[in-house]
Amino acid sequence: MKRHPLTAALLRPQFAALAAVLFINWLLFPGFFTITWQDGRLFGSLIDVLNRGAPVAILAIGVTAVIATKGVDLSVGAVMAISGAVAAVMVSSGTPATIAIPVALLAGLVCGFWNGVLVTYLDIQPIIATLVLMVAGRGLAQLITEGSIVTFSDPLLSFIGTGAFLGLPMPVVIALVLMVGATLAVRRTALGLLIEAVGVNRSAARFAGISSRLLLLLVYSFAGVCAAIAGLIVAGDIRGADANNAGLWLELDAILAVVLGGTSLLGGRFSIPMSVVGALIIQAMNTGILISGFSPQFNLVVKSGVIILILVLQSPMAAQWMGRHLSFLTSPRNRSAK
Amino acid sequence: MQSKAELWQAGNGGQDMADGETPVLEARGITKIFGQHRALDGVDFAVRPGEVHALLGENGAGKSTLIKILTGAYQPDGGEIVLEGAPIRFTDPLNAQGAGIGTVYQEVNLLPNRSVAENLFLGRQPTRFGLVQRKAIVTEATALMAAYGLDIDVRAELGSFSVAVQQIVAIARAVELSGKVLVLDEPTASLDRNEVEKLFEVVAKLKARGLGIIFITHFLDQVFALADRVTILRNGQLIGTRDLRELTATEVVRMMLGKDLAYGHSTLPVAEAAKGPVKVTFTGLGRAGRVAPFTLSLHEGEVVGVAGLLGSGRTEMARLMFGVDTADEGEIMVSGKPLKIRNPAQAVMAGFGFCPEDRKLDGIFGELSVRENIIIALQAKLGWFRALHRDEQDEIAGRYADDLDIRAASHDMPVKLLSGGNQQKVILARWLANDPTFLILDEPTRGIDVGAHAEIVRTINRLREEGLALLVISSELDEVVAYSNRVVVMRDRQMVAELHGADITPAVIVAAIADNTGSAEARI
Repeated sequence: MKRHPLTAALLRPQFAALAAVLFINWLLFPGFFTITWQDGRLFGSLIDVLNRGAPVAILAIGVTAVIATKGVDLSVGAVMAISGAVAAVMVSSGTPATIAIPVALLAGLVCGFWNGVLVTYLDIQPIIATLVLMVAGRGLAQLITEGSIVTFSDPLLSFIGTGAFLGLPMPVVIALVLMVGATLAVRRTALGLLIEAVGVNRSAARFAGISSRLLLLLVYSFAGVCAAIAGLIVAGDIRGADANNAGLWLELDAILAVVLGGTSLLGGRFSIPMSVVGALIIQAMNTGILISGFSPQFNLVVKSGVIILILVLQSPMAAQWMGRHLSFLTSPRNRSAK
Repeated sequence: MQSKAELWQAGNGGQDMADGETPVLEARGITKIFGQHRALDGVDFAVRPGEVHALLGENGAGKSTLIKILTGAYQPDGGEIVLEGAPIRFTDPLNAQGAGIGTVYQEVNLLPNRSVAENLFLGRQPTRFGLVQRKAIVTEATALMAAYGLDIDVRAELGSFSVAVQQIVAIARAVELSGKVLVLDEPTASLDRNEVEKLFEVVAKLKARGLGIIFITHFLDQVFALADRVTILRNGQLIGTRDLRELTATEVVRMMLGKDLAYGHSTLPVAEAAKGPVKVTFTGLGRAGRVAPFTLSLHEGEVVGVAGLLGSGRTEMARLMFGVDTADEGEIMVSGKPLKIRNPAQAVMAGFGFCPEDRKLDGIFGELSVRENIIIALQAKLGWFRALHRDEQDEIAGRYADDLDIRAASHDMPVKLLSGGNQQKVILARWLANDPTFLILDEPTRGIDVGAHAEIVRTINRLREEGLALLVISSELDEVVAYSNRVVVMRDRQMVAELHGADITPAVIVAAIADNTGSAEARI
């Protein structure tokens, strides 16, 4: 009795965790699932979760591929600040956004490429290599903004952060397009398999004739571009670039999203859509804590508690335990009998 | 049983073994069931004090299961374990260790970045006032190592010593912690000939001390050199416990397999006439500090065997050919055209394939499926954008899995769950799927069971007949003789001899490895 692949995917603990978090949010705030249509776009707490979760989701899309190669990218938060700073400084000095946006994306590409070079050619451990840019990148962003918060009123750039398309907020649309595009790019080509092979065993990948250097450069560059996109969204949202705070600590949320999505930090099997689900779990929790009226001091503690719970539920140990004690829940035979 | 024991004693003369002595460790009617599969079915096994008892069987015969039950890692579903005459239940390996049963595995389970002394005393350091007494540890460790015939600086990092020394340290630790029974699980798989001898001396000493030693290995000659008795399992059944003095190697193999091997132990040298035109030529290929320049041509339908001790430059030669290490001099010609090979990707494009010596480290993608492991080199060759469809992948994996008789429940299962022999075949399938012209096999039969040995040897012969050029590096001289048209011998990082025709016998090869005398024709 084989399950349909889609059913199997939806039975993953991540979806259960997301549903549980949303359900608790609904208990705390009965209007949580209410969605209204106003001024040609959707409004509601659920939409808010998607909208606020988009930057981390976009970071997570890039970081997923990096982690699949057994690497990690700590610099994506700083790269967000760089791209935001580049775009803001350019438009505020009169350059059209149609030029500023590609240049900001290019800056992200260069940052990612730099990480890739450190990792592949200088053979520096990814955590150290990207730590360099994590620290230096924020300084670089401050140099670009000359230490102040650069504000702008460019309509195109702020549309990226606050606009709407087909009723959905632009950040959500961008994240969705990027998720589908990246998933197709890795799964419809051989990239996904080759990335997994490099992550599982880089030496064996070399022996099998895989050019792992090229792949690693590509993966880190992609993470840089994703970070730049997230940086543009955040800058567009506040109509300004804050080099000190844009994307601060978001690299950790992105890594957490990937791990919640089930990609192992040891490399190998990865799923971009599941990382996005991971990002949504994090954001749903953030939103839930905000609207629940908990005093903000509790936020981080509650969040970490929930995260540990989710990770434990995902572990093989828990799967075994549930297999033994809760088989009536997961056994497909019993389900069909009901 | 009784008569065999007497025979054994008659053969051993004055050994310190009394007739009918109680075994130190005994398993009676052990049964272990995994799901529907009976991994062990009423198996009896007994080790006497002061004997080396070999445990043999093909992969899947139940050796590891039995060992895991004897060392407390598994609980039996039936039968009992008796330690020194009294029934006992081990709850876990630590418990068994405390009761006197120590285990040493093929891969040393110690801390390579700590000193030998620390490794020996880890977890039981002599302390005074709660502080570790470093001096006492060093003195004791030095004395202990001397007792094992090792004069080494015990303060040096364990990882700085050879695998053999590490292995002996692991044995010393296990014996000191436990002291009644020592289980050696494939201890020699990563050792060279001299190291094996050193290890055997240690085992002989421990035997004289009255330890019961259980010895698991794939090397039959080592069983005969070291063990007193042998217990053979097949498909979870006990085939028999016999005195090795009344058995021949062929009989042992027959008991293990239930059939004779496909290649005998005295196969005639392969005829040289059958080979075709030159396929690949390496001219003066070399890399300073790795391998002295060598020149070698391989013909279509030819197997060139490479013999030599570990560290003689055999593997280094193969790595240069495949571009794993870049050659700093020399030329490569493939089908008459000069070619640059600076990395494995270029070698793969040139139609080369390489089954590396260390399967786990350089060959297998453990988490990936059997199917993905088979198609990965072909996919790497096709590039990123010409992805093989799932149907194509299934077809290719299915074809080569059938062809090489890869036994896997499903081609979607992770390859790490397969036995060593099947993993080796998966890597072979990976290269065959790539339609290679030249295939390098580095120790293709290392660490796999005897039945799979024969299959790999048969496969090598078949590939030769199909017109492939093969370079096979092996320490198993019987096998080298069974498939090689030519044998080159490596010593001290140089190609020192090339043997043809009637010279291809184990005796001549050994002579060439040891020294350049004998009938070996010197080249270079």
